[in-house]
Amino acid sequence: MSDQLKQLQEKLDNCEHYQKFKVYRDKILALGNDSLEKTIAIAVALCLVCAVFVSMAAVALKPLQVSNKELDMKKNILDVAGLLQENTNIEKAFAEKIEAKLVNLETGDYADGDANAYDQRKAAKDPAQSVAITKEKDIAHIRVKAKLAKVYLVKDGGTTKSIILPINGYGLWSTLYGFLSVEADGQTVQSINFYDQAETPGLGGEVVNPNWRALWKGKKIYAETEQASSEKGLIAEANVGEPALSLIKGTVDNTKAGSQYQVDGLAGATLTSTGVTNLVRYWTSKEGFAPYLTKVRTVTGAKS
Amino acid sequence: MSDLLNDETKKVLTEPLVENNPITLQVLGICSALAVTSQMSTSLIMALALTMVTACSSAAISAIRNHIPSSIRIIVQMTIIASLVIVVDQLLKAFAYDVSKQLSVFVGLIITNCIVMGRAEAYAMKNPPLESFIDGIGNGLGYSLILIIVAFFREIFGSGKLLGMEVFHLTKDGGWYDPNGLMLLPPSAFFIIGLLIWAVREWKPKQREAVEFKIMSISHGEEGGHH
Repeated sequence: MSDQLKQLQEKLDNCEHYQKFKVYRDKILALGNDSLEKTIAIAVALCLVCAVFVSMAAVALKPLQVSNKELDMKKNILDVAGLLQENTNIEKAFAEKIEAKLVNLETGDYADGDANAYDQRKAAKDPAQSVAITKEKDIAHIRVKAKLAKVYLVKDGGTTKSIILPINGYGLWSTLYGFLSVEADGQTVQSINFYDQAETPGLGGEVVNPNWRALWKGKKIYAETEQASSEKGLIAEANVGEPALSLIKGTVDNTKAGSQYQVDGLAGATLTSTGVTNLVRYWTSKEGFAPYLTKVRTVTGAKS
Repeated sequence: MSDLLNDETKKVLTEPLVENNPITLQVLGICSALAVTSQMSTSLIMALALTMVTACSSAAISAIRNHIPSSIRIIVQMTIIASLVIVVDQLLKAFAYDVSKQLSVFVGLIITNCIVMGRAEAYAMKNPPLESFIDGIGNGLGYSLILIIVAFFREIFGSGKLLGMEVFHLTKDGGWYDPNGLMLLPPSAFFIIGLLIWAVREWKPKQREAVEFKIMSISHGEEGGHH
């Protein structure tokens, strides 16, 4: 190593430009701190050094960061699919059980393309791949949505056990990003999971609490009978076939009619609760996955 | 090693803990002390990140202090601090992904933390690199100490937990403790820091600031009116 350094030193000593640089450096350093030339030289040199330092760190750590991100996403998907146990091998379980598919939101059909490489969040920001949502329809306050959505089918053997839908919408402080896992009937909720949110920890941030998330299991998305609005305005009315699933204030009374469409609201977090209701309703509406889920239902219905 | 721990160095290292604490005495770095202290784990990582950044940036700035043109002094300091913060952020994303997700923008906001800037300007510009490094560590520790105290109270009373482990059994899980939601909101950190400053100044009366003006008693002005 020291030999190599010596060689490098020799090479540098013989290099004409390096000698020039040294002379210039000494000249600059000898100048008064407030001279214009020194100010500019120091600024340029500092920027160069810092830029090299920062870009080296960014480039060197990039592979680790990307794999962290992918692993985290897979973990979230397995989690919402109910396949995540303490010592699950995430890569293996994901490869075996989960299949990514692209869905055209407007028609509800599967679209061609490399689903694994598709990034829906990026696509939503690209005007060519997204559509603006008109203000009246934008109950989730997301303004734009990607034309193609990336859904995950949970396979068991040859049959689809459940479907994982990507959802997002505005809460109190932040846009919540998550997954809603729906059974193959396109009506019953299996689980919900918000993987990216910045709501108040302990209040709205409780959307990640496993106890609260467990309350979603078995709830129904679409109204089978007409649902009136109630509960101090937290629930909007829903006609038959429209999304009815909502969070309510307080605890759901399971004996009441319509409780299958209701989930406990988050205590102390009315705005986050409203946001979650709105985003779930938006993504299960005609604007979101309703056309797709209708098609899923007809296919499974025809099979059985 | 003995050279490293002479009296002056010891003073630089320990003084910021209580005597000259950046939060309770200098009242700097309050913004992040409010933002990240609702949980102990995020506070610890934040404290560690800030200590590293303060120490390294102070050392780097001190190393070139004799050649920094005074007209772009602040910009030079900011550039060095910002570069270090970006590197810390990248490191967290690579090696502590979950924590970096929780801290989100607050790591980036170390750049604007007044403690880092304050130490660079007040100490590193006038002292050699090693002392500046230790001064950075000392002030980072002073900041950490307050952050940990605040996070301790906020997490234990706000969610009944410490480092994510249950300490008080919550009523919603069938226990006895009803968590105090206010503790989870940023204002509670204000109250705790305020009480801490009060306590420290009771203990060390030297830290009390001189009274800048006296509150005039209005009673004698109104005496005539009442009688």
